[in-house]
Amino acid sequence: MTDMTADLDINNSEQLRYIAAQAADARVNVELETEGMTLNIGPQHPATHGTLRIVARLDGEQVISAEPIMGYMHRGYEKLTEVRTYPQVTTLINRIDWVGSFANEVPFILAAEELMEVEAPPRAQYIRTALFEMGRIANIMLFLGDMAVQLGGVTAIFYAFRDREFVLNQIESVTGGRFHPNFNRIGGVKDDLPAGWIKETKSSMQKVRDFCDEMEDLVVGNEIFQSRCRGVGVIPADVATSYGLSGANLRASGVDWDLRRDAESPLAWKDLDWKVWTHPDGDSFSRYWVRLQETREATYMVEQLLDGLPTGPIMAKVPRIIKVPAGESYVQTENPLGAMGYYVISKGELTPFRVKIRTASFSNMSISPWLLEGVYVPDIATILASLYFILGDIDR
Amino acid sequence: MTATEDAVQEEAATDPVREAIAQSFADELGDGFIAQHINPGSDLWIRIAASSWVDAARFARDKLGMNWIDFISAIDWMPNPYGREMEAEQDWVVHGGGPNDKDESDAEKMTTGVTGGDTRFQMFMRLYSTEEHIGVTIKADVPDEAPAIETLIPVFVGASWHEREVWEMFGIDIIGHPDKRVLYLPTGFEGNPMRKDFPLVARRVKPWPGIVDVEAMPGDGDGDGDSAADAATDAEDAS
Amino acid sequence: MTLAHFLAVNPPYWVETLTKIGIGLVAVLLPTGALVYLFLFKMMSFMQSRLGPMEAGPYGQLQLLAEFGKFLQKEDIFPSKADRFVFAAAPFVVLVSTFMLVLVLPAGPDTHFIDLNTGIYFAMAVSSISVIGILMAGWGSASKYSLLGGIRAAGQLIAYELPLVLSVVGVVIMAGTLNMKGIVAAQADFGVWFIIPQFLGFLIFLVAIQAELTQPPFDMPVAESELVTGYLTEYSGIRFLLFFIGEFATAAVFSAIGATLFLGGWTIPFVDANAEIMDYIGPLVLAGKMILIAFLIFWFRITYPRFREDQLQRLAWKFLIPLSLFNIVVTAIFKVVF
Repeated sequence: MTDMTADLDINNSEQLRYIAAQAADARVNVELETEGMTLNIGPQHPATHGTLRIVARLDGEQVISAEPIMGYMHRGYEKLTEVRTYPQVTTLINRIDWVGSFANEVPFILAAEELMEVEAPPRAQYIRTALFEMGRIANIMLFLGDMAVQLGGVTAIFYAFRDREFVLNQIESVTGGRFHPNFNRIGGVKDDLPAGWIKETKSSMQKVRDFCDEMEDLVVGNEIFQSRCRGVGVIPADVATSYGLSGANLRASGVDWDLRRDAESPLAWKDLDWKVWTHPDGDSFSRYWVRLQETREATYMVEQLLDGLPTGPIMAKVPRIIKVPAGESYVQTENPLGAMGYYVISKGELTPFRVKIRTASFSNMSISPWLLEGVYVPDIATILASLYFILGDIDR
Repeated sequence: MTATEDAVQEEAATDPVREAIAQSFADELGDGFIAQHINPGSDLWIRIAASSWVDAARFARDKLGMNWIDFISAIDWMPNPYGREMEAEQDWVVHGGGPNDKDESDAEKMTTGVTGGDTRFQMFMRLYSTEEHIGVTIKADVPDEAPAIETLIPVFVGASWHEREVWEMFGIDIIGHPDKRVLYLPTGFEGNPMRKDFPLVARRVKPWPGIVDVEAMPGDGDGDGDSAADAATDAEDAS
Repeated sequence: MTLAHFLAVNPPYWVETLTKIGIGLVAVLLPTGALVYLFLFKMMSFMQSRLGPMEAGPYGQLQLLAEFGKFLQKEDIFPSKADRFVFAAAPFVVLVSTFMLVLVLPAGPDTHFIDLNTGIYFAMAVSSISVIGILMAGWGSASKYSLLGGIRAAGQLIAYELPLVLSVVGVVIMAGTLNMKGIVAAQADFGVWFIIPQFLGFLIFLVAIQAELTQPPFDMPVAESELVTGYLTEYSGIRFLLFFIGEFATAAVFSAIGATLFLGGWTIPFVDANAEIMDYIGPLVLAGKMILIAFLIFWFRITYPRFREDQLQRLAWKFLIPLSLFNIVVTAIFKVVF
């Protein structure tokens, strides 16, 4: 490291890193005769809700550079799926995004069904879609409360947990699992809806809408919340797409794209009357706002699904021992956190040959070093909260 | 499936939009374009030479409007060298065979997916157009000796983390990546876990219960005949 | 207050001193406990649709004792690189400022510790001592989170000291005295409590004490989602408890000062302020008014998210201070004209 400039290699990351750090220190030192500070946020830190670690170089309260370090929860699901049969895989992938688990199963099951050329009966598709949307509600409600907590308003999260319970209870009474339903089967769903479930679900959807109204008053309408979020962490649309952002993060940047509407899917979204919400600003506030609207929209979607629920079987005819024919398929759905996809390669065996899991939070977080540069320390919490990641969804 | 849907399937059997996209790739890349595969009405795969990797991405972004990077990853096409050993005893009942019954012929015939392939490692990326709502999976073979490919960061900034993952998981060198540090693995980890010859220790130490439920389902085991659990029990009794 | 007043005998000096210390402890800890139980345990729980503590004692009333016992049992951890003396002394410095604030609070015509002619001036001055304690905690912990928290706290407390003092000036102009008892008497003479003519001053005072107490929305120094808990991060056990008591005792004392300045202190309308009975019910009246103001403080605390550091400074320097100066000018004009 003695003579860094002599053989400067533009592609050598260590050299560039070293030079950047030295330059940053030098600038700070000259201006104030002080030293920059490296603040290690995480892996155990309230802002990271999980085991994310962020190494931030600070100049006072300002972030010079921030580098997320993850892998503390890497569970190697892509490797593990290679030694599990297709039905067993759903148990694993439930744990990727653990607050909206039902939605994780669906794209994988759809990919397997596509390879097997099986299609689940309409009733199963409706049940899947309804539970998918309820998983979304359960997931985003957590965000709606959590974002306020990250900004110091503790009360919202209690409302979120209180009202989320209504949704989780409904999911539980169908699937038997509050967090990890494991309810999808190749060719359909495990069980039919229990008696009285539709009525209860509709009333719980009303409660979710009440919750959304409450958040609109308590959080969105709050001047301090607005001043903390507006103009903070602005992502222009072209930057968002080139980082592969998806879901509400992308729609908050004004990109009108929702896989539920824009992709061919056997699920029942195409039969529904609903609206894709976008916001032109691309800042933290718009990300919150878009998610709030999506939650409310999802409650109407669930109600429509339950009204239009077709009768009939819930399972297609599939062999008891599932061997998926050789081939490749990629199915992506609009999950609560963004676009999630499974690239399944089968060689006609009991187990998949390779499964590439495309998770939304992974791409959503990859923008964070760019976004955190130059912000103040309090904005780290705002930005990370507004990007909304689930650690399991980053680390897989 | 009703008759009308069958008719739709028939109609969709040709997919002019995706064919046009594949054709435009072929025109642009020339010799770099190797193969294509279209699943009508559903998906498009193309395979290109590794030298055209960045050009293809740039072309797709600039000319085809595929502005959104979905993912970049790699495939190790080598058949599992551990063979049946990785499976549970119950699975042999279903398949036949046993722990040492390694199918030697499998190791030689390496099959390489929908667009074919010549080498063990294959990079693949997926790009998507948020305007046209159409995506393409682009594959490229990387050489067996010292697998390497150029970085996509100049085209898509978001490629960085995906490429770091490929680099650590498959050991495919990413030429020109400015920040080649491990993403998930602990610093100093040896080996590339997603390669097929990297053993999954947990599975090797203790066999997995397998596809069949260990506990008999209610109604199983009392004579409905097709239960694999019964078969497994029988096999154990026999041995 | 003299003990002779109550006992009708003249006790020796040391008995009187010990009694005063005892009464002082009760005067600080009892309202603190009341605030913590009433607002932090129960009101906050009800606002967040939960029950709060229910197990310890009837309706969770003994939870405070349970918490107290819990903190006493915990290990008193010193970080290995901490400046041990500074780290250990910091909570006491914070607590000292709180206890000194109580000294000048009158709770009846003769119920007080000392009757300083410059009472409110003294209160404003000693309230700033806590900044030193917080800076000591931030520095002594040898933790980056604590340091950031301590520096934020110092910046914030100094910034909000100004509007706090300036909002009081309006009251002082109206009362024509710095003596706390004089201010109470002036309100009795004036006919209405100073909250009516000094409503703007009252609002500024409320915002400023909210910031002085580092309660949300001004809890940047302890922002738990960024700095874990700021200068408190490394504290545990009894020292954390001291900080905790310091925080809520200061809330109680500031509420009482607010009640004295704006709500007429120990007086009740239509009752002679100097009647002897007021020595006995005065403290209760003051406690009642204190709880009213504390309710506002905690209501804001539970409802609002927090400001960012720069926004918080901007609010103080660009908005509150000009506003309080305006308030002083208007008050002075009215005082001269009428």
